[in-house]
Amino acid sequence: MARAVSTRRKLTMTILVWLVALIVFFPILYTIITSLKTEGEAAAGFSMIPSFTFESYAAVLDQQDYLRPFFNSVVISIGSTIVALLIAVPAAWAMAFTPTPKTRDVLMWMLSTKMMPAAGVLVPMYLIFLNTGLLDTLLGLSIILTLVNLPIVVWMLYTYFKEIPVDILEAARMDGATLGKELVYVLLPMAVPGIASTLLLNVILAWNEAFWTLRLSTDDAAPLTAFIASFSSPQGQFLAKLSAASVLAILPILLLGWFSQKQLVRGLTFGAVK
Amino acid sequence: MATKQSHRLARWMMAPSVFVLLIWMIVPLALTIWFAFQRYRLTNPNIKGFAGFANFEFFVTDPAFWPAIINTLLIVVGVLVITVGLGILLALMLDQPIWGQGIVRILMISPFFVMPPVAAVVWKHELMNPTWGVFAAVSRFFGQEPVNWLGNYPLLSIIVIVAWQWLPFATLILLTAMQSLSEEQKEAAEMDGANVFRRFWYIILPHLARAITVVILIQTIYLLGVYAEIQITTGGGPGFASTNLPFLIYNTGVLGGNIGAGAAGGLVAVVLANIVAIFLMRAVGRNLDA
Repeated sequence: MARAVSTRRKLTMTILVWLVALIVFFPILYTIITSLKTEGEAAAGFSMIPSFTFESYAAVLDQQDYLRPFFNSVVISIGSTIVALLIAVPAAWAMAFTPTPKTRDVLMWMLSTKMMPAAGVLVPMYLIFLNTGLLDTLLGLSIILTLVNLPIVVWMLYTYFKEIPVDILEAARMDGATLGKELVYVLLPMAVPGIASTLLLNVILAWNEAFWTLRLSTDDAAPLTAFIASFSSPQGQFLAKLSAASVLAILPILLLGWFSQKQLVRGLTFGAVK
Repeated sequence: MATKQSHRLARWMMAPSVFVLLIWMIVPLALTIWFAFQRYRLTNPNIKGFAGFANFEFFVTDPAFWPAIINTLLIVVGVLVITVGLGILLALMLDQPIWGQGIVRILMISPFFVMPPVAAVVWKHELMNPTWGVFAAVSRFFGQEPVNWLGNYPLLSIIVIVAWQWLPFATLILLTAMQSLSEEQKEAAEMDGANVFRRFWYIILPHLARAITVVILIQTIYLLGVYAEIQITTGGGPGFASTNLPFLIYNTGVLGGNIGAGAAGGLVAVVLANIVAIFLMRAVGRNLDA
């Protein structure tokens, strides 16, 4: 009897939860639907059934001014992530394997740099960029994204590295492994998953960053965040094209995000919630 | 194992990160302080020199100043209340055995991966538009006049949009924490005759305290800096109805070309962030000690 009740309860819960999930997902779903409409259909008002045309995608991709921001987003998000990893891996490694009484303080201090409101330092950063020619360059945006995300990268790597058992090193040493062999055959394979998750999360964060990328780029280096922002006021028949451009802008990250949702929790909570 | 040599090596390995972050922490802030006391116009290089507190006076007496402070706080509080409240509810629901849990999780987490400008244009043009938007269609379906959301309720609309973006984050973290609560504990309470509400209040909620704290702290950092959503949906208006501090600083310092006043505003933002941080650490920080 208890089983029957629980099956019914499961069914009710399933329907309820699916309903809520679809409501939460609806804005994205509706954007996808609209992107498959003609401009005429899109302007006609609410409808869940598109004519499944890809003309808006073709129109968006035909324009050079979409491909460049896309390319810019790829360059700055991957570029800044790689630089951040190069700087952060040694630091996280050192803190995880040779901790000192001060390690915790250093980590907290790094995190505290995130508490600095971006708006508080916007003015000097804008002037520095203006005067060094970094304004509206991919290099400039990559630098700023590296700085903004570095504390998260260090923390996330640290929480992963800390879980690598140190005992295994001693075992390897007993078996006669040299320091180099230890690193390549024992530690590295265990560190790779953590580094990969960190990389993934940071690409997502960098791709979606929309304060510095909007403020420190104007044209040449403008990534997708700035490109989409330029649609802020209606411009003729644009809904379907806007939707297509939006879907193209979020799709790669949605896919990455779905794969990394577990890591996301620990990455964004600095290991405080597991 | 931890010899002197390995400690020296560790210091060298940490040096780049520490160095880079130290510069990032000190240089911009020092410059902000410096500019805040200078006369400095982007458009007129002849205006220069020490300004005393004139820039602060200029920024603080701007008619948009108090609205901006209040709006900044309203956005933080509004979004936190919605995301934590609904997040707990959704996490409770997702914690139940259901069919298709994997897909449901994917659907629910998705808004978090949508870049703010996309969220803003989609909500503005496709959902909230009073003519062809989805909400207008729903209103008409119920025989009501469509509401001009962004025109009449700009701040509320922005809070809703931002809450939509952060709800998945809160839900996911609360769900993760909820799942670490042992089944035995829940069952034991059930056997003792505790009803659903007592179980939630005395067992689940205390267990979530740490996760809720983390959600609040992290979201606050980002919510104090909400920017793209405002620029795209309302442009801070009508009037100053949806202007927040980051928006005002950009308008004053960069668009208005008054670097000194913008920098003064930046310092106000830093002070506000610190007040909020202290307040938060007092209110919820003790949950983190454990």
